[in-house]
Amino acid sequence: MQPTDASNPNYYHKVVDCQWGCPAHTPVPEYIRLIGQGRFTESYMLNRESNVFPGILGRTCDRPCEPVCRRVRVEDEPVAICRLKRVASDLRGDVTDLLPTVPEQKNGKRIALIGAGPASLTVANDLMPLGYGCVLFEKMDRPGGLMRTNIPSFRLPGSVLDDEIGMIVDMGVEVHYNHPIDSLKELLDEAEFDAVFIGTGAPRGKELSIPGREEGGSNIHIGIDWLESVHFEHIDSIGEQVLIIGVGNTAMDCCRTAKRIGGKNVRVVARKGRTHFKASPWELDDAEEELVEIVENHSPSRFVLENGQLVGVEFDIVEWAPDENGRLLSTKLDSTVIPCDDVILAIGQDNAFPWIERDIGIEFNEWEMPTVDRTTFQTTREGVFVGGDAAWGPENIIWAVEHGHQAAISIHALCEGDPIEERPSYGMNLVSQKMGLHSWSYGSAYDESGRSKMQHVELVERFKALEVEVELGFDAEQTAVEVARCLNCDVQTDFTSGLCIECDACIDVCPVYCLTMTANAEEEDLRLDLTAPAENTDQDLYVSANLPQTARVMVKDEDLCVHCGLCAERCPTAAWDMQKFELLIPYAGKPTWIETPETALTTS
Amino acid sequence: MTQTAKPSVQHPGLKPNKLGLTRRDYEGSQSTLCAGCGHDSITAAIIQAFFELDMPPHRVAKLSGIGCSSKTPTYFLSDAHGFNSLHGRMPSIATGANAANGTLSYIGISGDGDSLSIGFGQFSHAIRRNVNMLYMLENNGVYGLTKGQFSASADVGSKAKRGEANQMRPIDPASTALALGASFVARSFSGDKKQLLPLIKAGLTHRGFALVDVISPCVTFNDHEGSTKSYAHTRDHGHKVVETDFVPLLHEIQAEQNRESATAVTMHDGSVVRFKSVAEDYDPTDRDAAYAHLKKLQSCGEVATGLLFIDPTSMDLHEFENTVDESLVGLPFDQLCPGSAVLDDLQSRWR
Repeated sequence: MQPTDASNPNYYHKVVDCQWGCPAHTPVPEYIRLIGQGRFTESYMLNRESNVFPGILGRTCDRPCEPVCRRVRVEDEPVAICRLKRVASDLRGDVTDLLPTVPEQKNGKRIALIGAGPASLTVANDLMPLGYGCVLFEKMDRPGGLMRTNIPSFRLPGSVLDDEIGMIVDMGVEVHYNHPIDSLKELLDEAEFDAVFIGTGAPRGKELSIPGREEGGSNIHIGIDWLESVHFEHIDSIGEQVLIIGVGNTAMDCCRTAKRIGGKNVRVVARKGRTHFKASPWELDDAEEELVEIVENHSPSRFVLENGQLVGVEFDIVEWAPDENGRLLSTKLDSTVIPCDDVILAIGQDNAFPWIERDIGIEFNEWEMPTVDRTTFQTTREGVFVGGDAAWGPENIIWAVEHGHQAAISIHALCEGDPIEERPSYGMNLVSQKMGLHSWSYGSAYDESGRSKMQHVELVERFKALEVEVELGFDAEQTAVEVARCLNCDVQTDFTSGLCIECDACIDVCPVYCLTMTANAEEEDLRLDLTAPAENTDQDLYVSANLPQTARVMVKDEDLCVHCGLCAERCPTAAWDMQKFELLIPYAGKPTWIETPETALTTS
Repeated sequence: MTQTAKPSVQHPGLKPNKLGLTRRDYEGSQSTLCAGCGHDSITAAIIQAFFELDMPPHRVAKLSGIGCSSKTPTYFLSDAHGFNSLHGRMPSIATGANAANGTLSYIGISGDGDSLSIGFGQFSHAIRRNVNMLYMLENNGVYGLTKGQFSASADVGSKAKRGEANQMRPIDPASTALALGASFVARSFSGDKKQLLPLIKAGLTHRGFALVDVISPCVTFNDHEGSTKSYAHTRDHGHKVVETDFVPLLHEIQAEQNRESATAVTMHDGSVVRFKSVAEDYDPTDRDAAYAHLKKLQSCGEVATGLLFIDPTSMDLHEFENTVDESLVGLPFDQLCPGSAVLDDLQSRWR
């Protein structure tokens, strides 16, 4: 194998599994260490730089970082990254003076943002400090988009939303509430804007067209619309027996909301078995804790009405088996009627762009979705960008935020007259963590504790009002334990082959046998030839240049390294060193690297 | 010296041995030797050997004297029996323990100071008695614990850290052992585990005294230019005279393909040590030839490594003394101490 090029930021970035897994590349280990030091405000601000809404995401994020956490490979349960983010948000001090400042002197460019959800707000957050004039159009009377109307307040208190959205809007965004855009053509024709960003989400809940749908109409609700109506207090009650059809995260929000406004016997009905559920496991747990029953392998066939009144839903009881192509096919075993007073449909969301004319240069595909470039977020019409759920259908908030960052980079490049396809590069810093002979500036000790469990408000208490937040957040002790569980994957084992005397000390001391000195070979052979076979091919091998004495190579399997630093501590020549990796993320108007004669010299 | 505790995590993909133990179960406490010490590498090879041989730690006795090397039994097999004796006196303790209980596996760890200076007589007599033990001599040519003075194994011309060269001729443990009639003599290098591991395994299986002299660089006092026991010098001047492979009894069939061109020596328990001569015409079962070859290489500043000599048929201490197979502690009291009537009877036979 070729020696690893650790000067490419991607190499060490990939070792930090959580950061690599996060769409916005939040520097998780660094903010966790700040929490450990009690520097909640700094931790919050570090979070805010990449994910913009730490308080909101600390409660609602889909947590792509957690399943990939190294701890899962080492001992099963990931660090409670998301919960810790909330700790930073809950305990932070006043950040007003730390927020990006907006120049008095504007640059004269005006950007229209359609829909006040996380994607548009992120664009505003990135562009306002550069002097842009951002004009936000929102059809509701308050900002937040689906974060506000679809996530129930017992999961995400309104005050948290107001606070974090306020930080952006208060930069001087010109907001027009109750102002739906009915025609993009008109907006563009006014020619008032240098760019338009569409962040209108995926606002249309999917229908279930089975017999009885129309007749049962008044007791059959579309999940996201129903949640919105509850939020705006247009709906304040529901029948005692409620069926939720579908088992995604919206279904979880619906069943738990139903429980709070009159539903006594609430069931969630799924077509497939539990392993195929779309809802996050923790959201399923939370619903079941509230005594919601989850019914598997029931496929709805018709709504049952008596005297024009909905009384139940008939289901086929099915069994699933894969066909020869591995596709799951169902076989009907039986049918049953589950009685109910109300049904909520939560089987997915679609985008809808009736307000975008088809003749204004924006190409639409066969699913009636605009064609959007995956890198620039631009449509086929120059200056019109799409991000968030509006781009490719429902994802989650953290993706919308990243879309916003990328679109802001494109918009800025467009307004500067630069090619938007050329993306600014990531950069990195590597700094040794050595403090003395045996001391590192990070907590290298391995903490054996299991993952802390989030404490919840008592069932009786939480049903008293819709807005009683269920999760209490971590207490000080839980926080301390959880912080210590983080393996500091960003503190990298960095190797200088020229210093190595091949004494084997690092290999002998490594608790997970991830180091080997051996003759170089092709990756496939090398993976089998290590102290412990490197079977996880998702994780890279770190291969050194030839060693001075025997011309063998040092190979490290990144898979299970717990970053304990013992290799560096046992190294007599400091060939191994523990170096903190900081990913430098480019944002609009903030490249990570500016090429000048001086900087060109230092990088060569 | 390392202060961070070794994390308790294990590689989930690594399989336990036949006893259901993992390699971590054969470890001891964290080493307090200098970072990069050759002795730590030998410790790791010892751990690996016991693990791979499926030996139950509680059936092992580890013994040592004084010195950096003699600290290392603490760092492996924390569940084994142990005795840290006076300087140079480990062979006596090992001989006594072995006489009383021949059913344990004995491993003695010593150094060049412990074995070749203060304990030279002890070392010789353990060889002479052919005590059934593995004797690891961790050889770095200096007294590390007392700041790096030359030891009895320092080569003529080898330079100390501050520049002065050694003038006195060294005692070479391997040729000394050959001359004294040792039944198993090997030499290796702490920086070459591929060679060291099978030698340790063969030494543990050998019945009788097995000496493994391991060049083990002292990173603090003897790893500089001009030293003849540094990592770099040993790598440049080590001469493998034989390549050794240890094949335990049960694994013999799998190792069939290596049979060609290799000479096999069957050990008393049926396991096999195979070796391939690297040096021309080298025969590790010929004591005189082995001695001559060793001396020849030594005279040109080279170090012969590998399994230098083996005699798997030699008699060990228990055979010389015609002792019982059972350990003394396992004998019923009436047999161990048959009473005054038996004593009287015995004495009357010489009256």
